[in-house]
Amino acid sequence: MKTNLTNGDIRIGFYICHCGHNIGGVVDCTAVAHEITGLPGVVVSRDYKYMCSDPGQELIRNDIREHALNRIVVASCSPLLHEHTFRNAVEAGGLNRYFFQMVNIREHDSWVHTDHAKATTKAVALARAAVLRVRFHRALETTRVAIHPDVLVVGGGISGIHAALTLANAGKKVYLVERDPSIGGHMAKFDKTFPTLDCAACILTPKMSAVRANKNIKLWTYSEVAKVDGYVGNYTVTVRRKPRYVNEELCIGCQECIEACVFKEGKYPDEFNVGLSKRKPIYIPFPQAVPQVVVIDPERCLQLKSGRCKKTCVEACADRQAIDFTQKEEMAEIKVGNIIVATGFKLFDAKRIPQYGYGLYPNVVTSIELERLVTSSGPTGGEIIMRDGRTPQSVAFVLCVGSRDFRTNRWCSRTCCMHSMKLAQLVREHTGADVTVFYLDIRAPGKGCEEFYDKSLKDGIQFVRGRVAEVTDWALTPEEEGKLVIRAEDTLAGVVRRIPVDMIVLAVGMEPQADSQAVRRLFNMSCGSEGWFLEKHPKLAPVSTFTDGVFIAGCCQGPKDIPDSIAQAGAAAAEAMALIDRGYIEQEPNTAYVVEEDCSGCKSCLPLCPYTAITLDGTTQKATINAALCKGCGTCVAACPSGSIRQHLFEDDEIFSEIEGVLTHA
Amino acid sequence: MHDANWEPRIVAFFCNWCTYTAADLAGVSRLKYAPNVRIVRLMCSGRVDPQFILAALAGGADGVLIGGCHIGDCHYVEGNLKTLRRFQMLKRMLAEFGIEDQRVRLEWISASEGDKVRSVINEMVEQLRPLGALALREQFKEWGREVADGQPVSVALGEAKQETEVAHV
Amino acid sequence: MKYAYFPGCSLKGLGRAYEESLLPVMEKLGVELVELNDWNCCGATAYMSVDETKACILAARNLAIAEKTGSRDLVTPCSACYLVLNKTKHYLKDSPEIRGSVQRALEGAGLRYSGEMPVRHPLDILVHDVGLDVIREKVVRPLTGLKVAPYYGCQVVRPYATFDDAWNPTTMDRLLATLGAEVVPYPLKTKCCGGSLTGTLPDTGLRLTYILLKEAVRRGADVIATICPLCQFNLDAYHDQLTRQWGPVPIPTVYFTQLMGLAFGLPESQLGLRRNFVRMKPLPALPARA
Repeated sequence: MKTNLTNGDIRIGFYICHCGHNIGGVVDCTAVAHEITGLPGVVVSRDYKYMCSDPGQELIRNDIREHALNRIVVASCSPLLHEHTFRNAVEAGGLNRYFFQMVNIREHDSWVHTDHAKATTKAVALARAAVLRVRFHRALETTRVAIHPDVLVVGGGISGIHAALTLANAGKKVYLVERDPSIGGHMAKFDKTFPTLDCAACILTPKMSAVRANKNIKLWTYSEVAKVDGYVGNYTVTVRRKPRYVNEELCIGCQECIEACVFKEGKYPDEFNVGLSKRKPIYIPFPQAVPQVVVIDPERCLQLKSGRCKKTCVEACADRQAIDFTQKEEMAEIKVGNIIVATGFKLFDAKRIPQYGYGLYPNVVTSIELERLVTSSGPTGGEIIMRDGRTPQSVAFVLCVGSRDFRTNRWCSRTCCMHSMKLAQLVREHTGADVTVFYLDIRAPGKGCEEFYDKSLKDGIQFVRGRVAEVTDWALTPEEEGKLVIRAEDTLAGVVRRIPVDMIVLAVGMEPQADSQAVRRLFNMSCGSEGWFLEKHPKLAPVSTFTDGVFIAGCCQGPKDIPDSIAQAGAAAAEAMALIDRGYIEQEPNTAYVVEEDCSGCKSCLPLCPYTAITLDGTTQKATINAALCKGCGTCVAACPSGSIRQHLFEDDEIFSEIEGVLTHA
Repeated sequence: MHDANWEPRIVAFFCNWCTYTAADLAGVSRLKYAPNVRIVRLMCSGRVDPQFILAALAGGADGVLIGGCHIGDCHYVEGNLKTLRRFQMLKRMLAEFGIEDQRVRLEWISASEGDKVRSVINEMVEQLRPLGALALREQFKEWGREVADGQPVSVALGEAKQETEVAHV
Repeated sequence: MKYAYFPGCSLKGLGRAYEESLLPVMEKLGVELVELNDWNCCGATAYMSVDETKACILAARNLAIAEKTGSRDLVTPCSACYLVLNKTKHYLKDSPEIRGSVQRALEGAGLRYSGEMPVRHPLDILVHDVGLDVIREKVVRPLTGLKVAPYYGCQVVRPYATFDDAWNPTTMDRLLATLGAEVVPYPLKTKCCGGSLTGTLPDTGLRLTYILLKEAVRRGADVIATICPLCQFNLDAYHDQLTRQWGPVPIPTVYFTQLMGLAFGLPESQLGLRRNFVRMKPLPALPARA
């Protein structure tokens, strides 16, 4: 075929990468390079060990100069990994960066096939397609989009707090949106942290106060993101601000209203103490809450439910007049350039494993309930007591409850081994009780964690290896009478054990939030099949998502401990800052455009565009596309009856030649 | 056409955000699947012009696979819905051409479903085997020759059929 | 509501009281059970462990006959039959070899089985098809004050927990509560009754039986309700030996359908209660109505 259809004299350079043995071990790269040599327009065809390395890129740059190449094709890994690298090399060689096409023969070929001959045939077909395609490539300009300097952080747990502070300390303006009435998340409920046993509150509350004090942070608690529009650099976010019936500006957190409430005692389960204590309809989540503002529960407050109450709280508030029963839900709209999602996790519901007796036997508790019991600010003032008021003489921990179990969740929740050992040490310290830990494997890979495990062993904590079969109150012997009995196979001793104890602690695992799918859609992210948010690349882009300008941090991406959450939060903040400080983002010029003389003005395309980028010009009666709004999906291109809409980088000619290329017989 | 070494050939159009990424994941996870598929990357399954499918079939493909994000998950809000609509119409047309239903397939495969890429491709290859080659390209060439020789196409069709039957015996 | 009905050997023999109470209770609720014509041994657990294929052929013959009746579901009250018939369905689905042998055998007898016919337990039918509300309406003599330990046995929830939880089944608990009985917490709900070990390894088997009875007594139950003929027999028939070995555990074990019959006001004489070795005491007097 003569190449006059394309742009002038085509001189193609083809390069195939061995990627060490990754490709070269399956695909005969030399043979592919040889096969491609004969194709029209191909001037250079080479194979090389590592194309992405400096010498590999240098090869391309040199060839462009020496052989006056004007099109480059590289067959190597996925374009999602290295397209950018090679486009840069092409540009460095003096060519427009879009005179380049990449062929994926690693992820889509050598890694998924075992038959060398067939994999090689496939590589030739894919390479031929790219060589045919690249002839039609045109020079394009990369468009730049300005980045709005403000950032939205969703979720006020330790990850969100750290990300917000990092950005704010660098002078960026941050909106921190939290669903609950206070920030702090799960960490605020912890007594001490492993493996150092330093006090959680002592390290968290200063950070919470810093959020409150930082002028660059706009803190919106009791609020949820309702809608996200726009794209990287220019997001418009609608935040639903739930009414707390207390004016945040006027309330000073004296809590006299709580004292004065017509309910003399707390009556409703306290969320912060996971139901172990009661609160009133007007309450502050916990003493160190940020903001220090009370909140009224509309489901419980007499005034809000029936309109008939003495309103003693209003009296107590007196002339500050912070209580406002007329507050309504408000929608606030903000503009930001980047979003960090740090929405965290939820704990596994132990009732889903009925044989462990949670909810049936009062002295079976979850790890978070025990955590509240050992906390000095908790419902018992730090005393570990059972529901009948006795101090336990013997306590057993059951690990992997809702983790590493194909019946519930397959993943390891990563923190429960260490968390349980921490609680076990605290139980020993507070009560002197005998402690037995039932485990599958002890996972203590963090810094100082194995040493902590050693300390637990030396402290006299018993470890029994085996998954617990059941917890029962059925006594077989007099010693078991009145106790809870754990039945488990001791896989090291090879016997089935029955161990009677007073109290059983279920180390519940982590799960994605119940609404993770809705949140994922909101921010246009992907989820793994389990519901954890998917990072762009598991190693190279751990806090990025497939949507530019949306980053993830903390446990919403997968179970992790506090140090790892903080590290991710810092990384996400840095990624956002990198975009902000550059000030712009380069966008793929893959937008659609109208060839005006072919357009008949039929308007078929208008309703197809979800971004309303297409309009009908009133005077010419022809469609026009606003390139700034177009995101390059190409739906209108496929639909245009006259073929007058086309798409840069995905021209019909390019795709047809690709189809032809993959189908031509060798 | 009755070559013992015949292998079905599938052209796949995968959207950049979900299915292409899923195919990358299949690779990273070293899942193994049949080497009969050639993937063409598009930004969205909404870009799949029915002509691409026809061109692939006419150009020698025995099957065409289109992969997009799950409904509700489209990176471009609703491009995949448009694909679905077009796909239904195209299928009706292909049926009239006598092209079997199993030859053209639309699948929603999210970025995390590397294993679905594997199973769908393997399944499709197995479904295409009993159907045999579509061989539209050879058919076109034949018709072209008949037309050039000045014989009526309908006769040529009949003869072509006979020929294959003979070859079969 | 009409179902095909496979009684199995127990309900015609040792477990006759089960059928005697099941049929009138179902009739009272408007459920018609049509007994299969010419049914045979279900294959039973013992045969299953000797020759799986032949056991499947036996079971599949019953399934094929049931399918021929055109009924929607096949109901079988015996837990062993329930398990074997369901297991056969799974084996036919999962194993091409067994499927082939079974099909050939059935063809020889002029029968065919598609593999679809659902096999269900009366407890499932009562709670999920009939519904507790309908059952409540039929209660004329509430079992108020009667403390019942619900005992399910193993086979109805393991390995196929189709209509209830494998670890903590609750359908019978809810059914008994609907009859007005007080359901005592009984953690041994699905523990082994001794099964056929009472015959082959009496020491082991009887200990298991004793544990169940002792725990029910310890929890203050007046009666154990069961859904399986073998469980009923094990818990009822060995009291002499148990008393000699470990001391008395005087508690009767009855079928849940017998308790339903009592609550529905059916005459005691028609419910097979006299067949028990350990007789159930007369129902406690109802509290005087205000």
